[in-house]
Amino acid sequence: MLLESTEKNMSNKAFITGKKAENAIKESLFLFTLYICVTIAILTLMTLIYDVLSTGITRLTSDYEVGLITKIQIDNPVDFLTSLDSRYPDRAGIGPAFAGTVWLMIIVVSVTFPFGTGAAIYLQEFAPKNRLTRFIELNLTNLAGVPSVIYGLLGLAVFVRLAGFGRSVLSGGLTLTLLILPVVIVASREALKAVPDTIRQGALALGSTKFQAVFRQVVPSAIPGMVTGMVLGLSRAIGETAPLIFMGALTYVNYFPDTPLSGFTAIPIQVYNWIGYPQAEWKETASAGIILLLGLLLIMNSLAIFIRNRYEKDF
Amino acid sequence: METKETIQVNSENVFNVEDVSVSYGEFVAIKNVNMDIAKNKITAFIGPSGCGKSTLIRTFNRMNDLILGTKVKGTINYQGVDLYDKMVDPVQVRRRIGMVFQKPNPFPKTIKENITFGLKVNNMTDNMDERVEKALTQAALWDEVKDDLNKNALELSGGQQQRLCIARTIAVEPDTILMDEPCSALDPVATKKIEDLMQELVKEFSILIVTHNMQQASRASDYCAFFTTKTSDDGKRRTGELVEFNETTVMFTNPEQDLTEQYISGRFG
Repeated sequence: MLLESTEKNMSNKAFITGKKAENAIKESLFLFTLYICVTIAILTLMTLIYDVLSTGITRLTSDYEVGLITKIQIDNPVDFLTSLDSRYPDRAGIGPAFAGTVWLMIIVVSVTFPFGTGAAIYLQEFAPKNRLTRFIELNLTNLAGVPSVIYGLLGLAVFVRLAGFGRSVLSGGLTLTLLILPVVIVASREALKAVPDTIRQGALALGSTKFQAVFRQVVPSAIPGMVTGMVLGLSRAIGETAPLIFMGALTYVNYFPDTPLSGFTAIPIQVYNWIGYPQAEWKETASAGIILLLGLLLIMNSLAIFIRNRYEKDF
Repeated sequence: METKETIQVNSENVFNVEDVSVSYGEFVAIKNVNMDIAKNKITAFIGPSGCGKSTLIRTFNRMNDLILGTKVKGTINYQGVDLYDKMVDPVQVRRRIGMVFQKPNPFPKTIKENITFGLKVNNMTDNMDERVEKALTQAALWDEVKDDLNKNALELSGGQQQRLCIARTIAVEPDTILMDEPCSALDPVATKKIEDLMQELVKEFSILIVTHNMQQASRASDYCAFFTTKTSDDGKRRTGELVEFNETTVMFTNPEQDLTEQYISGRFG
């Protein structure tokens, strides 16, 4: 009994080093630094959002009088969304730009989805592993990092001039498609890669062909990831300004684009244009445009997160 | 497969393996295997890790085709047909020779869809509900899942998932079932269920099973093949070889080879 208790005391001693307090201070210092970093990031974002909201919200909610200009009421967001652009800041609506962005989204989705997922499925599931495919893979990753202005130049050369689509919403949509295609392909391949090999083997062992195994088991399991990548790529595309300006999107459009070959403008370009005017009132209108764009991006990113959480499977 | 049906079918054996070697690129995984696998019997492959027993079993339904650089030498006759003949369609081979894997791998779909997938790709779409019920009953799973056929298969327990994988394999009516360590991810209770199930299934199918578990081989199999690895003279390469192939009762009581006895009695491996 006596022996036991001495042993116990000795072993307790071995754990007392005097460094406990020191370690605790180090840890809390480190944590504090991390908190500071996070706070700075969040504060910056909040300031930006507050600035935009406080400036732009009046434009979206109530009528107001500006200087000598006769009061023209734009009472609610719907008017702002549907009105044409104007020489007067309080009358200017974002209608044509909003319509232009919707047109762009439709074109981007309908071209990117088949080509992006098709390329990803081929590269991941069917392509032979040789130098050519490795070269393509390497280039895809690099293309995803190319500055967007370059795509604007490419769009100008290929779609506007060579293909003869002119400075149309079609050219714009195709240019943005090029921009996000590498991102979508990489994301879709990751989604396919995440489907375990045992699923492919299980399907093949039942006497299915490679084609059946891929299209009936692997791709359906990867669809949530693919759609998530698509939505994130799309939200990048609608926020882009530079390539569209380069390929020649218009800055003052007072009609709604009605065919793919119509001239067009998009929300970010419209905002950029309004910001450029000297009068202070334009700032409010531009802020209202930014709020709309932020809202769209928020909705799309939430959709991507929703799809990922709701449909992605744990194997 | 039709091209060679004139050849005499040996009713006793399903596989005649003649001088088979399997290599991945430069690496020879297993070499010079000769064996006849009996019909409607359970044949177990045992041996230490890396002896090529999983590699060998995967050549029996041409699953090895999927691994780049795999080469099979020698001949594997399945009921008189050379499986590696140029005319043979590996998809048809896999349809006749089913496979159950080490880790249960149900499709992330409903229990029913797990069974119907195999039926659909094999154009067995008549009486689907009956076929589903029959397969699940044969796999001793029907009573546990009959009320939630539309539940996601991933919600089942590991043992149930493995029996579902067996059910979907037998649903397409193969002649032979290959099992690559089917119980290694399961607890003893689930393992017992699978072993009992094998005794039922063997009346209808020929079964080949790779196992690490010696007790399982002695309990559940009729024939047993013992493989081991031989290291080359320069010590760089390890190649699998068949040491002994015998009736299980003989193998576990009076093995012909010393190496087998040493392995079975736990002195190496």
